[in-house]
Amino acid sequence: MGKVTFRIWRGDKSGGDFKDYQAEISEGMVVLDAVHQIQATQAPDLACRWNCKAGKCGSCSAEVNGKPRLMCMTRMDTLPHDQPVMIQPMKAFPIIRDLVTDVSWNYRVNKLIPPFKPRPPDAPDGTWRMGQEEVDRIQEFRKCIECFLCQNVCHVLREHHRFGQTDEKGQLTSGQGPSEAELFGGPRFMIRVASLEMHPLDTVNRLPLLQKELNIGLCNITKCCTEVCPEHIHITDNGIIPLKERVVDEFYDPLMWAVRKVGEALGVRRRKSLPMVNP
Amino acid sequence: MNIQTYEHDVIVVGAGGAGLRAAIEASAAGVSVGLVCKSLLGKAHTVMAEGGIAAALANVDERDNWKVHFADTMRGGQYVNNWRMAQIHAQEAPDRVRELEAWGAVFDRTPDGRILQRNFGGHRYPRLAHVGDRTGLEMIRTLQDHGIHQGIAVYMECTIISLLKDGERVVGALGYYRENGRFVVFHAKAVVLATGGVGKAYKITSNSWEYTGDGHALAYHAGAELQDMEFVQFHPTGMVWPPSVRGILVTEGVRGEGGILLNSEGRRFMFDDIPENYRNQTAKNEEEGFRYCLGDKNANRPPELLTRDHVARCIRREVKEGRGSPHGGVYLDVSWMTKPGAFSKFKDPEFVRSRIKDPVEHIKKKLPSMYHQFKELGGLDITKEPMEVGPTTHYIMGGIRVDPDTQMSRVPGLFACGECACGINGANRLGGNSLSDLLVFGKRAGEFAAKYAKEHSAGRINPQQVEEEMRAALAFLDSPLGQENPFQVQYDLQNVMQDLVGIVRTEAEMVKALERIQELKERAKRSFAPGNREYNPGWHTCLDLRNLLTVSEAITRAAIERRESRGAQFREDYPEKKAEYGNRNTIVSKGPNGEMQFRWEPIPEMPAELKRIIEEMK
Repeated sequence: MGKVTFRIWRGDKSGGDFKDYQAEISEGMVVLDAVHQIQATQAPDLACRWNCKAGKCGSCSAEVNGKPRLMCMTRMDTLPHDQPVMIQPMKAFPIIRDLVTDVSWNYRVNKLIPPFKPRPPDAPDGTWRMGQEEVDRIQEFRKCIECFLCQNVCHVLREHHRFGQTDEKGQLTSGQGPSEAELFGGPRFMIRVASLEMHPLDTVNRLPLLQKELNIGLCNITKCCTEVCPEHIHITDNGIIPLKERVVDEFYDPLMWAVRKVGEALGVRRRKSLPMVNP
Repeated sequence: MNIQTYEHDVIVVGAGGAGLRAAIEASAAGVSVGLVCKSLLGKAHTVMAEGGIAAALANVDERDNWKVHFADTMRGGQYVNNWRMAQIHAQEAPDRVRELEAWGAVFDRTPDGRILQRNFGGHRYPRLAHVGDRTGLEMIRTLQDHGIHQGIAVYMECTIISLLKDGERVVGALGYYRENGRFVVFHAKAVVLATGGVGKAYKITSNSWEYTGDGHALAYHAGAELQDMEFVQFHPTGMVWPPSVRGILVTEGVRGEGGILLNSEGRRFMFDDIPENYRNQTAKNEEEGFRYCLGDKNANRPPELLTRDHVARCIRREVKEGRGSPHGGVYLDVSWMTKPGAFSKFKDPEFVRSRIKDPVEHIKKKLPSMYHQFKELGGLDITKEPMEVGPTTHYIMGGIRVDPDTQMSRVPGLFACGECACGINGANRLGGNSLSDLLVFGKRAGEFAAKYAKEHSAGRINPQQVEEEMRAALAFLDSPLGQENPFQVQYDLQNVMQDLVGIVRTEAEMVKALERIQELKERAKRSFAPGNREYNPGWHTCLDLRNLLTVSEAITRAAIERRESRGAQFREDYPEKKAEYGNRNTIVSKGPNGEMQFRWEPIPEMPAELKRIIEEMK
């Protein structure tokens, strides 16, 4: 099918530039195949992360012709061949080398989220009962492969750099005020919190976390994250918006506050589910 | 020795299902744990597992119990399994699955709200707890999100290149960070290997770049034995087209949900060859097979769900005899059930219709990842057209020989679990038994490694060994002799293994393979990685190649010695199964002069109770 030029960003944190390579294209080929071909024949030190090559591990995230994609799921026949295919690393994260970025910040955010804690078992044998309809909605969130493309395009992170700061104990925290010290958890971790908050068995209240530490209020629902999700998770509609509603109910609605207090006095359990937009 | 050093009681190498589970257990025992992984956390090969976790929960069929699971595992492994491991595995798997639910995993549900289980090859009853066809992702994410709160130190993108010894004992490991190429020493009282498999020794494989037999090779050089290395599982259904996706897995769940295998003549060839020991458990006709997939407890399973070794060979036969698909595979079809009148040929079509209201939606719901995988990579809608599939290197049953209860190798302080350990699977692994193996023996390895660490003081690391290993690793970057492209050497090795030590083997070809491997070893020594130490894939490949060559040689030597056909090993020159090989395992180990030694190990006598179970389940 002929040769195509690939214009790949090469460099490290001190700087770099695009470099052109040629690769032979065959039927059904994806961008990652071309990167491998270039590695094997022309640039053995071309750095690139990958694992499964089947869209299941979320390692090979990059920007192809300016669009955040998994390289293993971007078929060459969806790209024009008469002009160079531009490949560059994700822009929101610090560069390590070439196409590899430092995504460790995401792992630190994840650690801020209090773990799952189930209600006491439903049956004497220590097991629980849940209906399929109850778990359907969070199964959608649990499809996430942690490619961090949603974090990469989230403008709160990409343009406004709300990566928080690290305290003296090495813990990630949110600084005060409208500054870059403020932390925004990003779509990936909103979805992760949603998968816990809407888990039928979970008992932990993470609304204070969403409001204070992860600053869910900073999201203004531009839905860029949903657009790039390779798993087609309805990040905004099914995850972030319902969470925002819960936060508003919890912290800003005086009527809800009163209802909740009365409820608590009467021993009513907090509701853990909300209607969902049909996927 | 001016090199970064971390001290832990237990070091776990590998952070897939087994490594994570081991680390969690060791940490729970109150020791300090370091978890070292070659990739980012949560990217290990476990994410690729699709079908489910085998455990006799008996949620869907109350006739299931550990004894049936044990008997199924032994039958699937052609009785050369370590029976004690098969027993422990069958007994403990249900608790390990329930534990995942307690840690937040969200499995698909039965109508009464319990964990749903599905059919899979070689399992008598529906036994696989699953989440659509992305069970591995659910499992690794659950372990990961639980594990990060257990005080485990995680070292990401760090590759171990050598185990460090103090006399007989393993006392640590030497590795390097991919990011900057700097070396790091882990000083530990016990080391658990959980590094997975060896798939990258073959050209067509479902495995990722990480699967280079690191744990196998590390253990071998540290003095452990490798057992049953000849048993390499070729999964019957990998993608074959387009070329760039060749080898990517198509889950057995497709067949569990009623997918059928057809040759180019449209014949359902799996009905043509049903092994004697499975005849009683196999459907007599298409309707019975499909009823089984839909949960009819009186029906037997379709022949597509015979064991993987058998299905892979049948597919190869069809292709070889000229009845293959255009790209050298056969057809795997679920779209048949979406065609008008698909069920009207059955005697009782209402049974099917009552269970499948909308066939297209049914397929998308049960096999979402497969639907996407073919749509996006193959340009094909599996609800409308059949897939083209063929065998792909998937798994190695062989591995580090360990004690069945503690998972310790013969090297004191060195433990292994998951795919890199050997025992539970015998000559062929049943689908779904891998994820449960990771959990059951990951937990045990963590538990006993922690116990060992508590009972022993830290050993001494020999700086000279560290220096030598570092020098050897760096030689690839600035060797004046260097001229070989490591990618090319790896590619050539993959061709040798694919062509000469593949699904069908002969002595002559394997002897040739050994010669080629020796040549490749010499070339690998001269391989050269231009550039510096920072995130340099050429250099990483030079280092991984050493392991690949070691395991390739081990596979080939063991395969030559087993002069019979059993499970995953098919010898064209010895096509029959032989009783005298049914009571022993192959063992390779490193000899005093660095040469690879071979010996046979007799399988210990099975207790009467277990023998009785096997007899009863026949």
